Amino acid sequence: MDWQAFLLTVKLAVLVTAILLVLGLPIAYWLTYSRRRWKFLIEAVVGMPLVLPPTVLGFYILLALGSKSPLGRWWESLTGHTLAFTFEALVIGSVIYSLPFTVQPLAAAFSTVDRKFVAASATLGASRLRTFFRIILPLSVSGLLTATALTFAHTMGEFGVVLMVGGNIPGVTRTVSIDIYDQVQATNYASANQTALVLLAISFVALSLVYAWNRKVWAIWPWR
Amino acid sequence: MAVEVVKRGGKPATTAAGPADTAPAGLSAHIQKRLLANPGGREFMLDAQLAAPPGITILFGASGAGKTTLLDCVAGLLEPDGGNIALRGRVLFDKTAGLNLPTRKRSLGYVFQDLALFPHLTVEANIRYGLAKIPGEEQVRRTAAILESLRALPLRARYPGEISGGERQRVALARALVTDPDLLLLDEPLGGLDAPTKSAIVEDLRAWNRAHQIPIIYVTHDRGEVFALGERAVVLEGGKLIAQGTPHEVLNAPRQETVAQLAGFENIFDATVDATHEAQGTMTCRLAGTAVTLEVPLSQVAAGAGVRVAVRAGDILLATSRPQNLSARNIIPGVLVSLEQRDFMITAQVDCGIRFEVHLTPGARDSLQLHAGREVWLVLKTHSCQLVASR
Repeated sequence: MDWQAFLLTVKLAVLVTAILLVLGLPIAYWLTYSRRRWKFLIEAVVGMPLVLPPTVLGFYILLALGSKSPLGRWWESLTGHTLAFTFEALVIGSVIYSLPFTVQPLAAAFSTVDRKFVAASATLGASRLRTFFRIILPLSVSGLLTATALTFAHTMGEFGVVLMVGGNIPGVTRTVSIDIYDQVQATNYASANQTALVLLAISFVALSLVYAWNRKVWAIWPWR
Repeated sequence: MAVEVVKRGGKPATTAAGPADTAPAGLSAHIQKRLLANPGGREFMLDAQLAAPPGITILFGASGAGKTTLLDCVAGLLEPDGGNIALRGRVLFDKTAGLNLPTRKRSLGYVFQDLALFPHLTVEANIRYGLAKIPGEEQVRRTAAILESLRALPLRARYPGEISGGERQRVALARALVTDPDLLLLDEPLGGLDAPTKSAIVEDLRAWNRAHQIPIIYVTHDRGEVFALGERAVVLEGGKLIAQGTPHEVLNAPRQETVAQLAGFENIFDATVDATHEAQGTMTCRLAGTAVTLEVPLSQVAAGAGVRVAVRAGDILLATSRPQNLSARNIIPGVLVSLEQRDFMITAQVDCGIRFEVHLTPGARDSLQLHAGREVWLVLKTHSCQLVASR
């Protein structure tokens, strides 16, 4: 078991989940409540990582981060080194790749919140921000939890995008899934199995916690 | 009761909404909004001019008439297609000026039909929700005061899912009242409550309004509530205000047939005026296509004119032999066609050359041994017969 890769992966997953919650809440809110006709286009863009091959996504992210792109050049002028094949690149790639796993459960949960509660909040003088944090979000706890667990588990196990934008640099961009791939390439099945089992267990525990919690929520608020 | 009623000078109920009274202390609104009768249904236009002075104004109408849409437009939850809304001299909406104040700045209380209490907050937190802008101790004090006055103090730590329907309605009312709104919108807030609970809440509402004197718009389709509550009533149908006045004016002397139907006049007949009796204040009408004549209150029509006569099924007496020595002027022979029981009320259909619907109690049915085919006499007082303008 490569503990360095494991800790790196956990660090990546925690960071990506935190960033995605901050980004995902307003996006999901906008997707749920906006009345723009072209909303479906944004929905399609957000959902794209679900259907695109990770290599395609990874390829374009790599181009966008490379030293020929404005973003890559800006990063270089700021830090003095290239963005591609760094941990930061891994974070950016993972954020894009896991975006639908945060946004979709949140948007689904927001859309089940009865609009009457939102209307009632407005008649009681609350701003949209207050309505969001006091009414919509508390009534979407199960969606928030699902989004967090799915994003975390998905980032933990991601492979293609990570390989494309990060490469396989030990301690910098080598994650557990790449480590497993390496072990298998080296016919080191026992070690690969050990790491794979850990990943399997983490995913199982994360999902079990989500489902257990959602049951509890249903029991407390039976009218929802 | 201290509530000042802006009465329309004792005039009979007007048949159409006139220009809105711009009572400075009240609400005046002209709202135009295209809407659907039901999802996918035919489109119709809400076009209503409404003036609500301080006090309770009943907004009465069948479901689908546009009552809730009207309230949602006043509250700013829906944007009207045209018109203007002013409350206490403050413009809330003006299409031509491009002004549309957001709901949260309109300072109104709205009790929704399904109450919309926040399920994840306690009763106390629900009520404090609208008080966010005032200091904490003041919030606690006002929350306790309103719960006390609505006799709901013991509920403060409970969740909406843990209290009864009547208690939820009290809490929803408290949540709206505690913010000290300039206008109160109530959308069938007492639906589904038993009569004692309902009248207790109504009494609380009246008491509160005696001290606050704001316009209250109370939506209902229950004519009992109209009489119990209203100082003023307006009738909405098909998106138009078709009558306004005191509840008595609007519902007891309907000038519009649609109002008559809404107000529960089960019998509405076409008739011609046979003769007028100015000295008695009555006239004789013959029901169209029959030999049945009715003596009805005098109206400004000449003999030979066509009128519509409306009679409530509950205002007709039924006898099994020809009654003698009665003050009632209309005694009509007929044959009982059918009897149908609904709850504790019997609906009888009687053929007198034209069908009459009569309501009686199961006791009356049993003691008179009524059955279909039996010969009966209907007794109608002159003033139970209302003249209605046909449309």
